Amino acid sequence: MAQHYIRVPFEDGVELELRAGDQVFLTGTIFTARDAAHKRMVEQLEKGEALPIDLTNQAIYYVGPTPAKPGAVIGSAGPTTSSRMDKYTPRLLQEGLKGMIGKGYRSKKVIDSIAENNAVYFAAIGGSGALLAQKIKSSELIAYEDLGTEAIRKIEVENFPCIVVNDHKGGDWYKESQANFKQS
Amino acid sequence: MKQITYEKIVEEVARLCQEANYDLGQDVIQAFEDSVKTETSEAGKSILNQLIDNANIATANRVPMCQDTGVSVFIVKLGQDCHITGGSLQDAINEGVRTGYEEGYLRYSIVDDPINRKNTGDNTPSVIHVELVEGEDLEIQMTAKGGGAENMSALKMLTPSDGLEGVKEFILNTVREAGPNACPPLVVGVGIGGNFESCAYLAKKSLFRPVGERHVQPDIAALEEEMIIEINKLGIGPQGMGGTTTALDIKIETAPCHIAALPVAVNLNCHASRHKHVRL
Ligand code: SF4
Repeated sequence: MAQHYIRVPFEDGVELELRAGDQVFLTGTIFTARDAAHKRMVEQLEKGEALPIDLTNQAIYYVGPTPAKPGAVIGSAGPTTSSRMDKYTPRLLQEGLKGMIGKGYRSKKVIDSIAENNAVYFAAIGGSGALLAQKIKSSELIAYEDLGTEAIRKIEVENFPCIVVNDHKGGDWYKESQANFKQS
Repeated sequence: MKQITYEKIVEEVARLCQEANYDLGQDVIQAFEDSVKTETSEAGKSILNQLIDNANIATANRVPMCQDTGVSVFIVKLGQDCHITGGSLQDAINEGVRTGYEEGYLRYSIVDDPINRKNTGDNTPSVIHVELVEGEDLEIQMTAKGGGAENMSALKMLTPSDGLEGVKEFILNTVREAGPNACPPLVVGVGIGGNFESCAYLAKKSLFRPVGERHVQPDIAALEEEMIIEINKLGIGPQGMGGTTTALDIKIETAPCHIAALPVAVNLNCHASRHKHVRL
């Protein structure tokens, strides 16, 4: 499994080199969004309205952080379960979204949509929010402030660790890695 | 008759909420350390080590180990000779949650209505189970229960002909379907028997037992031992990235039930198994 240190938003099609099982360290800016923000973004698109953020070549991190303590950039910030975003994901991939960071299985429809749109799905370690927060260097509220922890934030990350689960070639790391250890 | 004030309960509950989220129990950390030694996947070992680091950062910096600081669930054992003064037990607990979550910079994860979904802005109401017991003590057990693992939990009304085999199969299927979504390594809580609602409560209650401790009843202890081995053969591993540590432990509780029934509930807990208690 390869290791990559890459910049986000993705440049020069670098996301196409990523394969299931690769370890990736992301540096740059990404957006946070979870259930309520996804619902609202897709509703806006359906009404023909513009999104508050440009998703081209971007990555979305599925996270609802805890409030920042005084002097801190952000509170704990680990990934939430991605499958709750499945219903909305194909539509956002059509808007140019290239990367998603979360945890857990994706639906067949999302996996196919990842392949069609040359995108990639990463998993970060669920339940390691205190550790992952240390990789976040700044956080700025961008849209949907009324959603509280579910608002869209632009965060700056440095060597944010994650693993490629689904790549654009149809690779699926959960399936492949678990098969190696299955004894029953 | 012992008197316990409303204010005292508020203060203790606020403390429990923060400690549960900042300080992972030594039983869970010990289970991580033991699993690092037995895990056969290198990636799995690395994940377990990162979970130990994460717990240490949370304790040292007084920040929550996980951003999902959960539904605050309480099991209260109220001695029948204990008198609470200055307000109701329920109000005191909710006031404690409000204070603990606000002052502890914990996330508010409760919506007021399942359909309209407006955040209540203080993590209340909490879920409170009160058991009336003998004596004059008030014991409060608290857990911060995250949504990821709770969403993958399941209950099934089996019937007697399904037998123990049916129970085992249901437990394994629930863990298999949860996979990485429930943040393994898991602590699996199982209730067998009772009726529809008491079975679910048994499963939740079982999770309050310390990780690594076996049931006092030898036949249930043996079933726990057997099922932990079976679960860890599923191959899911830490975070679903493959490995032999799918669960740190399993807890099983049983209760008498109807002649026609064999209910089974599986309440999954993630590795952020956050339980604290106080006796007043
Ligand atoms: S399942 Fe547990 S560890 Fe995972 S995100 Fe939810 S609360 Fe945190």
